[in-house]
Amino acid sequence: MNLKAMREIFRYPTVIVGVLIILFLVGVSVYTVFAIPYDQAVKLWRGSEEDWYKSPKTAEPIWYNWFLKDKLPETKDILTSDPSVTRTVKTAGAGRVITYTIPINFDYSSFPDDMTLYFTSNFDTKKPFVGISWISPDGKETRLNSFEINSKFTYRLNQDDKVTRKLGGVVASTSLFANPKDPNLKTKPTPVKGTYYLKIEAVTFDSTADLSAEYIIYGKLAGWAGTDYLRRDLGIALLWGTPIALMFGLLAALGTTLTQLIIAGIGTWFGGWVDTILQRITEVNMVLPFLPILIMIGTFYSRSIFVILTAVILLSIFGPGIKTFRAVFMQVKESAYIEAARSYGASNFRIIFLYMIPRLIPMLIPQLIVLIPSYVFLEASLAILGLGDPTLPTWGKMIQDAESQGALFQGWYYWVLEPSALLMVTGLAFSVVGYAMDRVFNPRLRGQ
Amino acid sequence: MRVAKYTGVRIVSLVVTVVIGLYLTILIANMGGYVDVIRKAQIREDVNARIASNQSYRGLTTEARNKLANEQIASQERRLGMDQPFLLRSFNFLTDAITLNLGRAQNMASNSGANEVRLIILERLPPTLVLFGAADIILFFLALFAALVLSRQYGSWLDKVSVMLTPLSSAPGWFYGIFLILIFSAVLKVLPFGGMVDAPPPPGALDYLLSLLKHMVLPVAAYTISLLFLEVFQWRTFFLIYSSEDYVDMAKAKGLPDNDIRNKYILRPTLPTIITSFALLVINTWLGAPIFETVFNWPGLGRALYMAVGLFDTPVIVGETVIFSYMLAITVFLLDFIYALVDPRVKVGDEGNKS
Repeated sequence: MNLKAMREIFRYPTVIVGVLIILFLVGVSVYTVFAIPYDQAVKLWRGSEEDWYKSPKTAEPIWYNWFLKDKLPETKDILTSDPSVTRTVKTAGAGRVITYTIPINFDYSSFPDDMTLYFTSNFDTKKPFVGISWISPDGKETRLNSFEINSKFTYRLNQDDKVTRKLGGVVASTSLFANPKDPNLKTKPTPVKGTYYLKIEAVTFDSTADLSAEYIIYGKLAGWAGTDYLRRDLGIALLWGTPIALMFGLLAALGTTLTQLIIAGIGTWFGGWVDTILQRITEVNMVLPFLPILIMIGTFYSRSIFVILTAVILLSIFGPGIKTFRAVFMQVKESAYIEAARSYGASNFRIIFLYMIPRLIPMLIPQLIVLIPSYVFLEASLAILGLGDPTLPTWGKMIQDAESQGALFQGWYYWVLEPSALLMVTGLAFSVVGYAMDRVFNPRLRGQ
Repeated sequence: MRVAKYTGVRIVSLVVTVVIGLYLTILIANMGGYVDVIRKAQIREDVNARIASNQSYRGLTTEARNKLANEQIASQERRLGMDQPFLLRSFNFLTDAITLNLGRAQNMASNSGANEVRLIILERLPPTLVLFGAADIILFFLALFAALVLSRQYGSWLDKVSVMLTPLSSAPGWFYGIFLILIFSAVLKVLPFGGMVDAPPPPGALDYLLSLLKHMVLPVAAYTISLLFLEVFQWRTFFLIYSSEDYVDMAKAKGLPDNDIRNKYILRPTLPTIITSFALLVINTWLGAPIFETVFNWPGLGRALYMAVGLFDTPVIVGETVIFSYMLAITVFLLDFIYALVDPRVKVGDEGNKS
């Protein structure tokens, strides 16, 4: 690899773009591995409620609003300890009445997704009793529901049938922000902008008892990548998918080309029955169903990414690449310098590994780079078949989740498009660079 | 005669190859004893069914019946050689696999309700053949035509654009399928999301065919997009190499018509090379069928494999792997055959000497 060849490669503007993209992907990988350590990524991707209760389900990325005239609602997370919330305490009998008034500035043209109240309370013996009411901008107060709470209590407004019935059969997150007299309330309600108040009135039965709450209005937007049906931030899968895709692609491409190169070298050098056997194995390998066998291994034995990677390399050792390498080795074998090496008594393996194989490195590198995308896509394909590593968040897994939840049908396009775009960009970057290097390093194949 | 002899030799060598390939497949499948599990389960089921349906065993107590069943299972297993060493057993299973005698599926069933693996697989075969057969034929002629046209216009902007589009082939067909479904089914709503025909299937033959064609548009398009540009690029290069041969210049100097030069002096000698490159491609794409058919919800072999993975249906997975081996071998054979037909230089003697 000399300087002149390098300069020639960078004459292609697409190559510069490709190299920049590859560098960017490598940068993202390094950043991800340090910013979100492996254990944390795996834990977050398990999607437990404590990690993700603050984010909405299947929300679109936040930058959607940059392009929209009618802004979509973002998620609001209000704690009763926030300064905007007013708290009044009155003593009543042995206990107290604690009132929180939470103001909500609603300035969007569509409705939020859901609303949830997370209560925390401490009390001696008798549980506090909480009443919730809603004040619309015109000052009208609606009493929603009242209930007893434990030390931890979650109240989901949209799942409260009593509230839904009271509000004309429409879930609270919609009907509370609409005009109750709107004739299209059930079909196509219009949101009313303004300042709303949620009033929490809690009656406690001992003087030290207290409570606080977290009020979350789930919007239709979350994070830079959106969220999936388990409220998980897709950004984690997009970020972690990068190092996994690059690692899988690079290791698989490196493993297969190197083994193929060595086998082709040995076969050509020794010739005779060694070569014949290797050729026959290659033919058998051609009939072995590669993907079904991988599927079998994934289903029966293990879905770990390293097991699959090893299987991919083992199944590709006798791949069609051997024929290409063999053709070139045939010419190399007849070169004068090999003759010279043989005449001074160099050992077979010295000739194969030190004299023949290095001659093919310029041919190897472009081929290796061109191969990377196919393995990146293979990893995604396996994930789509449900054979992805069960713990790791990857691009393919995102597509699989989206497919299984009918994302295209439901209109959650971002969920499919983000990982697909990354796969496409990665694939294009590597193959553009690979093909260009192939043209420069192997001018004979340039096609005139 | 030449073709017949060549074909005969190829069939023999391919059969040997397939048998070795199937044997390897079985070794991989049976690494954890899964094939034995399938066979034992089938024996148990057969014996239990026979005992349950036999009137003369009605009077027996449960224990006596169980004892009887266990004895019969043991003798059946002996008869089928389950007590033999693995090496012998693996050959038994090999013969079963070669004849597609793969037992019963655990959870899946064919449309007619049968749960024999062979029936499930044979039922799924035609849709796969229809889809990939059509897609391959369209791809082949489209790429051939485009490559010929571009090789005549070497260096034109059209040629440059097609070379620039080559990297598109780094993504597999299902990937473009997702985009096509998004555009034409989800947004424009003009073509179906997936499936092979409308549900319920149209009654008339013509309606059925039209419905089938409508459902094939997107899969065939996705397949073509993902492979066309790479093939065109490679074949264009072959054409360029062959059109710079001396005999082409000679033909031009003689003043032969352009059409004759193209068909007889360029296309004919290039075809064998093209067919080899196409063969490798077709083999590769066969193996993508599970995902491709899953994305398009196409009721073929690939989707059956995907479903079998989901249901953890071991006999079907092994059976599918076997049938895919067969399909690969048949593809290799067919293309070899065509190769022999178009390339007058093929001699069986060469092949014989090498091996």
